[in-house]
Amino acid sequence: MAPWNVNDQRIPQGRLALVSYMSVALVVLLLVGFWKLQVVQSEHFSDLAERNQVRSIPIIAPRGAMLDREGRVLVDSYPSFSILLLRDDPRAVEKSLPQIEEGLGISKEDLKQQLEAARSEPKFQPIVIKPAASDADIAFVESHRADLPVLELMMVQRRRYPHGEMLANTVGYVGEVSPQELDDSNGRYRPGDIVGKAGLEKEYNEQLEGTDGMRRIVVNSVGKVMRTLDNVEAIPGKPIQLTIDYDLQSVADADFVGKEGALVAMDARTGEILAMVSRPTFDPNDFAIRIPAKEWAALNSDPETPLLNRAIQAQLAPGSVFKLVEATAMLESKAIPANFTVYCPGYATFYGHHCDHAHGEVDLHRAIVSSCDVYFYNVGKLLGIDRIDQYATGLGLGHRTGVDLPGEEPGLVPSEDWVERVYHHKWYPGSTISVAIGQGALMVTPIQMARTVAAIASGGRLIPPHLLKNATGLNFGSFPISDDTVKQVTDGMWGVVNEPGGTTLGLVKLQNIDFAGKTGTAQIESFALQNKLGKKLKENGWFVGIAPRRNPEIVVAALVQGAGWGSSVAPIVRDVVKAYFDKKNARLPQQANGGSAAPSGAASEGALAATAVGSHR
Amino acid sequence: MKDRPRIQDFDWPMLAIVGAISGVGLLEIYSSTHASAMAGMQWKQLIWIGVGLAGMFLIASIDYHTLLDQALPLYVFGVVGLLVVLAIGLTHLGAKRWISIGGVANLQVSELMKLIIIIVLARYLSEVRTDRLTLRDIVKITLLTVVPVVLILKQPDLGTAMVLVPVAVVGIFLAGVEWKHLAIGVILLGSLVPVAWHMRTHLKPYQQQRIETFLHPEEDQRGAGYQILQSEIAVGSGGFWGKGFGKGSQNQLGFVPVRYSDFILAALAEEQGFIGVCVVLLLYLGLILRLVDNAQKAKDRAGMYVVMGVTAILGFHVLVNASMVIGYMPVTGIPLPLMSYGGSSTAFVFLALGLVMNVRMRRFVN
Repeated sequence: MAPWNVNDQRIPQGRLALVSYMSVALVVLLLVGFWKLQVVQSEHFSDLAERNQVRSIPIIAPRGAMLDREGRVLVDSYPSFSILLLRDDPRAVEKSLPQIEEGLGISKEDLKQQLEAARSEPKFQPIVIKPAASDADIAFVESHRADLPVLELMMVQRRRYPHGEMLANTVGYVGEVSPQELDDSNGRYRPGDIVGKAGLEKEYNEQLEGTDGMRRIVVNSVGKVMRTLDNVEAIPGKPIQLTIDYDLQSVADADFVGKEGALVAMDARTGEILAMVSRPTFDPNDFAIRIPAKEWAALNSDPETPLLNRAIQAQLAPGSVFKLVEATAMLESKAIPANFTVYCPGYATFYGHHCDHAHGEVDLHRAIVSSCDVYFYNVGKLLGIDRIDQYATGLGLGHRTGVDLPGEEPGLVPSEDWVERVYHHKWYPGSTISVAIGQGALMVTPIQMARTVAAIASGGRLIPPHLLKNATGLNFGSFPISDDTVKQVTDGMWGVVNEPGGTTLGLVKLQNIDFAGKTGTAQIESFALQNKLGKKLKENGWFVGIAPRRNPEIVVAALVQGAGWGSSVAPIVRDVVKAYFDKKNARLPQQANGGSAAPSGAASEGALAATAVGSHR
Repeated sequence: MKDRPRIQDFDWPMLAIVGAISGVGLLEIYSSTHASAMAGMQWKQLIWIGVGLAGMFLIASIDYHTLLDQALPLYVFGVVGLLVVLAIGLTHLGAKRWISIGGVANLQVSELMKLIIIIVLARYLSEVRTDRLTLRDIVKITLLTVVPVVLILKQPDLGTAMVLVPVAVVGIFLAGVEWKHLAIGVILLGSLVPVAWHMRTHLKPYQQQRIETFLHPEEDQRGAGYQILQSEIAVGSGGFWGKGFGKGSQNQLGFVPVRYSDFILAALAEEQGFIGVCVVLLLYLGLILRLVDNAQKAKDRAGMYVVMGVTAILGFHVLVNASMVIGYMPVTGIPLPLMSYGGSSTAFVFLALGLVMNVRMRRFVN
């Protein structure tokens, strides 16, 4: 380089001053920038800072238990862990997926599907990727806190049905809230929440589900929990006590093993349902954890419809049980004299119908005891469809009983109006004959049958069937029936069980119990269903039993599909009735000793009253 | 006139400002790291400051004219050093920036290059005897600057490469630039924009990412945009008075990226608020003004160029770093002088200030 000017002393003072001013200007600009962030937008960034470090983890409220009438647990909940995927950082989620797949054993497709389903949800909503975490899963999450901050554990309360299939259709099941329910809930539900989906779980969902709490924790930048800020405790759901008696339910359930059908046992005075069976059924525990789509489809498409609660949803012809309604109509309407008799030759045909047995000269009592079709063909013909319709409807058929369960079916009582409305033709007189013996278009549910028969035996007092103990606002209906009618019909029912020639063949007599009932055998007209099942269906058997015969305490209606003959159903009803009285009598001596100190005054009163009637018999 | 520099001629007010800034930096490093695995970092930084001070006195004791005499060998040394880094340098975090010296200290040659470019350009500019630079001079200055810039870009280290540019720009401005040359420069730079846009695909992925992030920070909240956003959150949530020493949640919980180094101003802004930022930025302004004052009082043009080279680099560091912290500039990895934790950068600042002392002490010496 060339020699350089050491002594050049021309300092550009002006330009240096300009640099100073520039520096001042730039610092002022920077300060304006800081002012904007720290003073103008301070609140906004404070919010973001808060969101950065504070994570809200829901505390799931335990669902209320379901107890039987004596406080025994039918359904409860137990704590378990769910694994949450925090989605507010899509990139981190994407990166973590392979490790999560391997560590938690979730298939890639399953994960993708769940992420896809939650796409439209806000990003800060975590999704449940593993609802029932095993100990190994929990250990995996705990040990990967640093490198998998997208995973979080959440304590949840999982539903437990200790008795499995027993009462399954009645208690129903729980499941993840559906998109529809989510929309309708006005923000009360979050995706992944568990709600009642069927049965009592659905009906009493509001009482059973509590209010979820929230735990706010401070996390550092790698997701490690530093401290807990505050806890909003969950408010547990309220338990509900049912009218179900576990002992009776067990007896009824045992009798239904391998059968298809339903049973309803009610307190005939109050409408409290003591036992309810529907078979075939399912195990609600399968639903407590997210049910795989395949299993769900199988349950739904099963031709034997295990999800159907037959006690309230099976609409079938009642067969000869309906003769009780006809007998009542005959006596009450006075359209036919009470001493009306018919000669049954066994082969008389009425519009193609005939009677299987030659009963000879038959009066009403005989006709009920031996279930003489010829007698009731004549009665039906003389009554006409309008009167039959009037009494059947009045006694509770053709409309819902109002039981506290979702999805109850109304059944059907045909009438001239109905035929004209639906089929656009006049009523065929021959149809009346079918209805007269509980066939034709007539359809009833087991719960209706129990209520109607109880009403006839109680002078027309229509009880409100219900499952919730201590239910309030119950509506008792009334369709007054004279004492004389009650006596005649129930005596007939007594004869069915206890007299020679009764259709139960004397097989279900009970010592010291005033047990009465009526069999029914209904032809199946649904050829479509037969084809679907690929087998010839035998007839449906019915039996509705009451005890004691007048102003009964208990009414039990049982339906066994394909039983072939109503008399084969009677033993099931007998067993339940027997269990009811055995239990009551076993309690008696204690109560006699305990006197007024007995824990349940109401129960002891009822028990004593029943014994009085029983001994009188 | 004296023949020897005297200790009284040291710029004690400037040293006081430097001490204040360093002290604030040490406290903030302590606050940011005391509750983490990196606790105790402030002591390492203090050692570096000590080393820097020693270096400062050392460099002040060698007459800057002697240093300027060696401009060419220093330049060659620096360029070769940068080449060596590219060839055999240590790779850390995807960039080659260090040379291992005897396996003990890792020297960041690019930091050294900053000092060398100050000396080289001061030497070149002081040889210009007119009050207006010719186009030829400008081209030469540009070439002298561009060679190390390109080599540092290759490491890649966009931040440090950029830092060399203001030395040339300020130098050219002070030497006197003709309006037409300024216009040509502006037009040339303007025409470079489309070229740069086209060339952006040749940038390293992380550089592309940073630019993309700078333009659209909200689109990538956990990637590179995460850093800017977290920094803004820390600064903004600090408010006017700050959250208090050691009480900044963003800082303490580790949300502020490299909170003890490049983003230390964000950590400080959160804990000390706007007031704290004012104090710090005014300290820096005081330092800059004091440096300019030293330039104005320099004995000759060469001294003035040396001081203003230092001023340009330090000012640029502060400007870019503070702008980055509040999201006005992309993340380039430029530390805040004297406050950010880091050996090489701290040492550089003290050595650069040593050059300033050098000039100041000799303003009355013949």
